[in-house]
Amino acid sequence: MKEVPLLQVVNISKQFGGVRAVDGVSFELCQGEILGIVGPNGSGKTTLVNLLTGFIKPASGKVFYKGRDITALAAHEIAGLGIARTFQMVRPFYHLPAFKNLIVPLYSPRVKRLSGGKFGDRDAVAIDLLEEVGFERDSFVPYKPASALPHGYLKRLELARCLALRPALLILDELFSGLSMAEVASTLPVLEKLQIEGITLIMVEHRLRELFRLANRVIVLNFGAKLAEGTPQEIINNEEVKEAYLGSEAV
Amino acid sequence: MVSRRRERLERGIKVRTDDVYALCSTKEMLYLVAPRLIPILVLLLLPLILPTYWQKVVIFTGVFALLSISWDFLYSFTGLVSLGQALFFGVGAYLAGSLNHYFDISPGLTIPISTIAGATLCTLFLLPALRLRGIYFAMITLVLPLIFLRIIEATAILGGTDGLTALAPLPGIWIELYLILGIMLVALFALRRLVNSDFGLVLRGIHDNDQAVKGAGINIYWYKAQALFIAALLGSFAGAYLTHVYMFVGLSAFALDFTVVPIAATVVGGMGTLGGSVLGAFILVPLSEVLRAFGPLRIVFYALLIVVFIILKPEGLFNYLQRKYREFERWVEV
Ligand SMILES: Nc1ncnc2c1ncn2[C@@H]1O[C@H](COP(=O)(O)OP(=O)(O)OP(=O)(O)O)[C@@H](O)[C@H]1O
Ligand SMILES: [Mg+2]
Repeated sequence: MKEVPLLQVVNISKQFGGVRAVDGVSFELCQGEILGIVGPNGSGKTTLVNLLTGFIKPASGKVFYKGRDITALAAHEIAGLGIARTFQMVRPFYHLPAFKNLIVPLYSPRVKRLSGGKFGDRDAVAIDLLEEVGFERDSFVPYKPASALPHGYLKRLELARCLALRPALLILDELFSGLSMAEVASTLPVLEKLQIEGITLIMVEHRLRELFRLANRVIVLNFGAKLAEGTPQEIINNEEVKEAYLGSEAV
Repeated sequence: MVSRRRERLERGIKVRTDDVYALCSTKEMLYLVAPRLIPILVLLLLPLILPTYWQKVVIFTGVFALLSISWDFLYSFTGLVSLGQALFFGVGAYLAGSLNHYFDISPGLTIPISTIAGATLCTLFLLPALRLRGIYFAMITLVLPLIFLRIIEATAILGGTDGLTALAPLPGIWIELYLILGIMLVALFALRRLVNSDFGLVLRGIHDNDQAVKGAGINIYWYKAQALFIAALLGSFAGAYLTHVYMFVGLSAFALDFTVVPIAATVVGGMGTLGGSVLGAFILVPLSEVLRAFGPLRIVFYALLIVVFIILKPEGLFNYLQRKYREFERWVEV
């Protein structure tokens, strides 16, 4: 008996003018897995994330979540199903204090539903979540407007905003880029904890060392198409991948 | 030789961060309450000593203050650039006029009905435009009142170019005065509360970054529609109310003034504060009356004054006063 995969992507494509940003990509994802997506700049990783989360509609192909066709759903409906995503280019609410950024997802229909209609102190929950991603609780940092936060905090604010949605599937678009070594080191345990909690992860990442440590499986994109798929070890040893992508970089 | 420099200090942060602290001492409480209480008292007592002509000006100012709050709420808190306060106003005005003229319903009912029905209609009219951003949404809101105006003109429905006349008046000048001032104050404080609620945070999130709000699982169109409805409530009320004050509704209900003056008032008073919109209206509308003495040059002076205001205090008067109230300066020896 084969269980229904959590996410099933079938032959999905999207062009921008003449550019085939995503070109016939298919893959499956099981509950609890960590899937890595890598590829050179402009290979279509962000576009793929946008297609999965409904921010862009595909030209062709389908996305199934728990066996249900979600291709035509609006972005907020997909988020409401528990598929949360971070933005590679951070999108905080600059005019709101950092912790108030989390009120928006905490106020969403999904969270209201999951908390059974009753909701206690949203502000307190928001502060707890920020602490989880490494905001110093007893400092001014959580109360500063997002516009006053350094980039590393904004990246982790993206993560916290996703966590506030209590996601079942979390898609991280280059969460680690722009983070310091120390910030990466303190964020990794958060992701490991999520995995233990059974949350499925898709990680688009340029930081291969960290990614290969976490991921169960990796997909390599090149010019929008899937070049290879396999365990981190298989990907590292794949000649084609080395040529397309890893060639210049020492892993 | 001793050189001195001016030091600028923030007054009692503790008092400001949370209203609960205000109870600590009478002085702190006064500090918090006075800037709200004094303008309200002045506003409520002023009409008692004004001559009839200026009482009418207060009424008119209240109408524009409502429209200004409505504009500031839409723009500063939801990011919807509306050039259609005349739409809200005109729809409310014509609804009230029609209900009174054709069905003989009294003002006590036409005003609430027109407020709610007008807001609903305006929201429905603009629903398709909610997906448009910035200037595109603005264009639609600007064009709709012009379309209604031409339709009424061309088909001669609803009184055509003559309008609907001899409508029922409100019972007396005092009701007129305190109804508009009361509603204005209630709207002001209710909206200031609303924008700081969790609902308001979502609206401000939409203004900041609508994609991120979508990503948080929230239907931004539903929220924009609600914001639009709230803004239209204020506009439609103003229209319905003034119809009964004038006992007349005509094509002037869709006049561009109702769109332009609220924006100017908000810019002068300070955007994003709601209170600034009211302050701006209470400066600009009476000013425009004073300038009547200049005859045809009135508009020139008016426009110049607005420009001067904006150049001198681009943050808006309300923000400026609020900042000055919170900080104090003193000379210190260096
Ligand atoms: N909105 C858009 N309009 C036009 N072209 C686009 C758009 N978004 C992406 N593209 C193009 O599609 C291709 C894939 O872009 P995408 O951002 O998905 O790549 P990426 O793999 O995420 O790159 P990076 O590693 O730099 O983040 C690029 O050629 C890009 O220029
Ligand atoms: Mg990208």
